[in-house]
Amino acid sequence: MSIKYSEDHEWVKVQDEDLVIIGITDFAQEQLGDLVFIELPEVGDECSRGDNISVIESVKAASDLVAPVSGEIVEVNDRLADEPELVSEDSMGDGWFIKVKLSNVSELDDLMDDDAYQTFIED
Amino acid sequence: MSSVDRILTTPLHQMHLDADAKMVPFAGYEMPLQYPLGIKKEHLHTRENAGLFDVSHMGQIKLTGQNAKQALETLVPVDIVDLPLMKQRYAVFTNKKGGVMDDLMVTNIGDDGLFLVVNAACKVADFEHLKSLVDSGCEVELLEDVALLALQGPKSCEVLSKFAPSCSEMTFMTAKVLKIDGVECLATRSGYSGEDGFEISMPGHQAERIAKLLISDQAVEWVGLGARDSLRLEAGLSLYGHELDQQHSPVESSLTWALSKTRRLGGERPGGYPGDVIVMSHLSEGTKVKIVGLQPEGRVPVRDGAMIENGAGNRVGQVTSGGFSPSTGKPVAIARIEVSCIDDKSNLFALVRDKKISVSVVKLPFVKQNYFRG
Repeated sequence: MSIKYSEDHEWVKVQDEDLVIIGITDFAQEQLGDLVFIELPEVGDECSRGDNISVIESVKAASDLVAPVSGEIVEVNDRLADEPELVSEDSMGDGWFIKVKLSNVSELDDLMDDDAYQTFIED
Repeated sequence: MSSVDRILTTPLHQMHLDADAKMVPFAGYEMPLQYPLGIKKEHLHTRENAGLFDVSHMGQIKLTGQNAKQALETLVPVDIVDLPLMKQRYAVFTNKKGGVMDDLMVTNIGDDGLFLVVNAACKVADFEHLKSLVDSGCEVELLEDVALLALQGPKSCEVLSKFAPSCSEMTFMTAKVLKIDGVECLATRSGYSGEDGFEISMPGHQAERIAKLLISDQAVEWVGLGARDSLRLEAGLSLYGHELDQQHSPVESSLTWALSKTRRLGGERPGGYPGDVIVMSHLSEGTKVKIVGLQPEGRVPVRDGAMIENGAGNRVGQVTSGGFSPSTGKPVAIARIEVSCIDDKSNLFALVRDKKISVSVVKLPFVKQNYFRG
């Protein structure tokens, strides 16, 4: 199972050929600080790459989750509604945001691999 | 960047960098937003132990002269003439329309002197404003090379008394000259967190030494501007540029309590400050708007600028400060809304990203204030 990263600090885990899980990276959650509320999209919503699909509220401010890929939202992590701290505790695991059925698999090629992302955040 | 808009730093700048603070520009200064502990924990630490805040960006002004008290009364709707020696009082500068130019703390330091602490963003304008008092024989000095540290929280007195035992004799809103490690400081037992605590003015070149003493105590953590804001919000304290502005009188900002009886109609020295006629008419006739606390339903933070609507969808106000309250674990907000919709107990909603969040008007503060009144 490969993991890709966006410049907006999301991780995209390829679960099946055209099915991905999306969350935010540890780097992102550290930058945001203590999370207090997460507003997720509805299952069945369509998103295009670049759309704001979710709002992440920290103690400081509200930030958008930008869709790193296009497709249909097939599942959301309902636990985040009451436990936004899951993202801080386990950003790559229990703190996942949404699952998306890709409409354009080739968009994955535009994302960074682990090495490229590490270099990206160091700059 | 030209030298004119060069960013300023406080005498404790290097200490913040060494403490790994996240620095942000604020009112022309580079200031710590938060430290590695993070806003939430810094906030809770202050409520339970003691937090150390660098507030050296704030303006410290000395007003001296035989008529200094009378002169300052021409700018504020507050009783300064009868302010006892080494007592502190909250005041506001009003403009000609009765709006608020800034809020400030005034301490009578004796020898015909008053010590003022004003907001960083307003200090230059305040200083210019105060210069009008030079004509009445006052000297006005914006103190340079000084630092201001706030030590806030229930353990503040316990900590400070290790270095300056006599601080424990002070009560809320009083001042005392304390010798901390040989350095003479002017301390007041006050602050802006809603907790017991002290604000300590000291020479800039001694600030690092005193800050190191205080932070070395295990009850003390550095606290940045992020938690300073959430603490004052929970304590229901007004912030200039949010609850207070040039367009609204102190009455419209629910600061009626700060307007001294002596300066009101029927008092010994009624009026005599900018916008007095308007402020006094607001006092006698009431106002259409006021500042209230709002408790949003659910978990969505309702932040500054959010519109408030009534059930019919009419706009009745706007949030002036809002966010998440670490102490209550819920979002909280302060808003300026029409008095009529409080009177008729309308259902109110805050608009957040086009969604309606139900809010109820609640008494301020959100968290009980813990001042030491002796």
